[in-house]
Amino acid sequence: MSLIEILAMRNELLLTIMAMILLIIDLNLNHAQKERMIPISIGLFLVVTLIGFIPQPDQTIFGGMYHTNGLVQLMKNILNIGVLIILFQSVSWLRSPANSTKISEYFFLLVTTLIGMNFMISSGDFLMLYLGLELATIPVAALAAFTHFNTKSSEAGIKLLLSSALSSGILLYGISMIYGSTGSIYFDTIGAAYVNVPLQVLAFIFFFTGMAFKISLVPFHLWTADVYEGAPINITSYLSVISKGAAAFILVIVMFTVFKELAPVYKNMIYLVAVLTMTIGNLFAMRQKNMKRFLAFSSIAQAGFILLGILGTNKMGMTSVVYFVLVYIFSNLGAFGVVAAIAAKTGKESMDDYDGLYLTNPKLSLLMMLSMFSLAGIPPVAGFFGKMFLFTSAASGGYYWLVFIAVLNATISLYYYLLVVKAMFINKSDHPIATFQSDGYTKIGLMLCALGIFVLGFWSQVYEFINNLSFGI
Amino acid sequence: MNSYAYTLLIPLIPFFVFLFVGMAEDKLKGKLGGLIGTVGLGIATFLSYYTAFKYFITDHVHGTAYTSVKAFEITWLHLTEKLTINLGILIDPISVMMLIVVSTVSFMVHIYSLGYMEGERGFARFYSFLSLFSFSMLGLVLATNLFQMYIFWELVGVSSFLLIGYYYEKPSAFSAAKKAFIVTRFADLGFLIGILILSFTTGTFDFQTLVDPNGPAISSAGGAAFMGLSLLTWALILIFVGGAGKSAMFPLHIWLPDAMEGPTPVSALIHAATMVVAGVYLVARLFPVYALGGPVALEVVAWVGAFTSLFAAVIALTQTDIKRVLAFSTMSQIGYMMLSLGVSGYGGEEGLGFMASNFHLFTHAMFKALLFLGAGAVIHAVHSNDMSEMGGLRKYLPITHMTFLIACLTIAGIPPFSGFFSKDEILVAAFHSNKILFGIEYLVAGLTAFYMFRLYYSIFWGHDRHYHHTPHEAPLVMTIPLMILAFGSIFSGLLPFHHLVTSDGLGFDSHIDWMIAAPSILIGVVGIAVATLMYKTENSRPAAVAKTFSHLYRWSYRKFYIDEVYLFVTKKIIFNYISRPVAWFDRHIVDGTMNGIANLVVFCSFNIKGLQSGRVQQYGFVFVSGVVALVLIFVYLL
Repeated sequence: MSLIEILAMRNELLLTIMAMILLIIDLNLNHAQKERMIPISIGLFLVVTLIGFIPQPDQTIFGGMYHTNGLVQLMKNILNIGVLIILFQSVSWLRSPANSTKISEYFFLLVTTLIGMNFMISSGDFLMLYLGLELATIPVAALAAFTHFNTKSSEAGIKLLLSSALSSGILLYGISMIYGSTGSIYFDTIGAAYVNVPLQVLAFIFFFTGMAFKISLVPFHLWTADVYEGAPINITSYLSVISKGAAAFILVIVMFTVFKELAPVYKNMIYLVAVLTMTIGNLFAMRQKNMKRFLAFSSIAQAGFILLGILGTNKMGMTSVVYFVLVYIFSNLGAFGVVAAIAAKTGKESMDDYDGLYLTNPKLSLLMMLSMFSLAGIPPVAGFFGKMFLFTSAASGGYYWLVFIAVLNATISLYYYLLVVKAMFINKSDHPIATFQSDGYTKIGLMLCALGIFVLGFWSQVYEFINNLSFGI
Repeated sequence: MNSYAYTLLIPLIPFFVFLFVGMAEDKLKGKLGGLIGTVGLGIATFLSYYTAFKYFITDHVHGTAYTSVKAFEITWLHLTEKLTINLGILIDPISVMMLIVVSTVSFMVHIYSLGYMEGERGFARFYSFLSLFSFSMLGLVLATNLFQMYIFWELVGVSSFLLIGYYYEKPSAFSAAKKAFIVTRFADLGFLIGILILSFTTGTFDFQTLVDPNGPAISSAGGAAFMGLSLLTWALILIFVGGAGKSAMFPLHIWLPDAMEGPTPVSALIHAATMVVAGVYLVARLFPVYALGGPVALEVVAWVGAFTSLFAAVIALTQTDIKRVLAFSTMSQIGYMMLSLGVSGYGGEEGLGFMASNFHLFTHAMFKALLFLGAGAVIHAVHSNDMSEMGGLRKYLPITHMTFLIACLTIAGIPPFSGFFSKDEILVAAFHSNKILFGIEYLVAGLTAFYMFRLYYSIFWGHDRHYHHTPHEAPLVMTIPLMILAFGSIFSGLLPFHHLVTSDGLGFDSHIDWMIAAPSILIGVVGIAVATLMYKTENSRPAAVAKTFSHLYRWSYRKFYIDEVYLFVTKKIIFNYISRPVAWFDRHIVDGTMNGIANLVVFCSFNIKGLQSGRVQQYGFVFVSGVVALVLIFVYLL
């Protein structure tokens, strides 16, 4: 294998180098200088993100364990953009006295989990997938416990670790059964050998539940609420957007390649899980008064919609999943960004605190409204098209009842998304959150979200571009 | 990309001005917002003229047909493999002609309003709405497909709503805005259904494909689908309903007189020169489909146009509000344009009506904008809309008087003013097609001359009224647009329209047919003479005439009670017999079901909260139970 071939892994290599550089620089800084890590890290990450957009030929290396192509690179770029926005949004939180000594740890851990996700998406066999998955999960547990002096935060870290240990165990069990029944762990060779025999169905179910845990599908979702609430807001947004997006990407790839012969069986399973996830996620989200918990549950319901695209099992299905995740990143990060900005300045996280926000902070309120509209799927913002393509792809597979249930759920979700809008624009408050100015980094992070929500709604070339890279069963 | 790609700027500049002025409204002191709007539109106007020059003169090879060019197009939405919603810019003779009309009149109105709207509250808001309107109207005329046109069609409706309701604290303005929006919206429903049927039968929204004489639209014409007419004919009739709503054709005209509640420059721009001719433009845009695919629909267009032009002219005879007289005269003139399209054939000299209609649209935009802006200058001077409070103004407002007189002569069809040429072409087209329609239009020409000079004499002649202060001529920013438009009214008749804007793109030769032109001049002169006799000096003749024809006078004055008919139908019949039962059903059955579902959802959501206990061992239990359940269902049961 030549040096050039190694460069196929440029995203992972660059991120690894970046992580090392961060550690080395950090060693040479005293306490007062730690804040310098912020521009350095964001600058380095921006470079990595931009390099990701340089076209690259399709390649397979390490005897098929690692592969890259246009679609994989696109998925990595989408995740990079999301992480970049999160980095921008976490600056004011990092600058607070409690965290200012641990700035480089934050960036280091975040980059490490991203390396794991990149390996996961690029994996060509189950071992690589599993390694990537673990690398993506364990540092997140550390991040969830980042403010360890806060009991809720350390509780979140421990709960995430324990739950993910359980799910990894089951996942690994499933992989071992796949290997046992087919004699291979490579995606290419398993595909043809995989048929509807009980052992292989069992193995698939175990694998699927492991992934369902990452995407937080019902009934494998219970960890989400506690972890999302306890973890620092930026980590919550990372978990609910980037982790979930990466897992959805690899799930759709694996379903469409490795398990394609099993489609008649897994379609029923996904049908069931999709209905459960959308409905139960919505029922929980309706009652939440804490903004973080509210967004956590609403993100469970959103994950249910992703499954509709997987059910389509055609080219459009994959396109709609990738497109939806892209839109979802901007919309959800917009909402989380506003919550984070407000929490960093005032410490308020309850929905009641948002009463009358429009009068004091109109720009934040408008972005929040835009994000809510996008999450609820109101045209013409991007979220509408994201949902519409998912529904179209499920309908083209003949799942009219499922689409009907999904539309009902989308309507229910409209109710609670609009509650936030109502609080900000209609409710009166005697003690509204005072007018404040965010710092430049936060502003950039929020602007990127607003831009994404608008541009994706009006610029259909993005969908076309994804569609050209996608494939169906 | 091609050499017309820059035309994208023409609608986009007003759009960005709208965003900027709209958002920075509070910060723009004094006239700054207006100046930004005017400069922005000035650039767009310059680009429009450049485009016209380039398209009609420099890029055109002599003797060949004008072709349509797609300057720019993107796909916005994929509906099916074939059917997409695109957004783009189409350059062809009629769109370029409309570019000139819209940008010229809009630019004049922008300048004029700097004086007229001075000191109004929300000056910058006014300009941001004007820019929004200009953007929408330019987007409408440049649309490459029916659906894009529909989008901008609605945007035009919204901006018209905002501008009519500009004085939103005045109840009459507010209700006029609502009325305009609801009536046109109602008509647009027909338009939308028409679009859907048309795209269903032809599989495309694209104008270039639709109007292709050998394309799918026109070849799908055959067969009778419903009540003896083909599906295509029905689609075209429904599309015309939308056009009739915007262009205030009978019986959907009731919003236009009320829309005069808006500021006068708005009436000039939207309700005289541009938006109200959108219906004519729509039919002209789809003209080959009408002419070759649905001649019955075209006949409907002709009769509706003819009837409206007569109907509106009769009402205009007795109105006393000067803006309303002009509103009815607008309806009447648009009726002319519709009629002219309706009697036209396709190709060569057969397409005389098509050319005449566009010609008249062009000249009408100039002189009607001039009339409205002149009326605005009068209102500015005497602070009233009512004729009875005016008189003898010619010595106070010399420039307004002269330009107004030019406009009146133009609309009356007196040579050598432009209105004579365009109206003459229409009469020729009608004469060769249908003698009854020709007769109606001939009569209307006389009525037009009469009521316009009634207006003219009542305002500028007669003796002085008790004015609060001595009326004074409007400032230069208002009179310069008047003079420019007067120039346009005089000379635009000399444009060689039969070489530029024709149904199939090929020019043809046209001569003035004195057998028709001479009587039409004659009836114009008769109309003016009668008006002179009755209104030049105050006398008892008008009252005597009104008394002799007292029934007719009252019917005309009350606009044939059409508003009352609408009120009766909506309030007495629809509200009582349809809305009430539906409302009851909605409140009790629909809401009841919905509330029941909502309660159920809340109940469920309350009862499942035990799942979320916070104990991680229980989470693990549920997780494993989930796995076991899936295994049981999918390995053992299925």
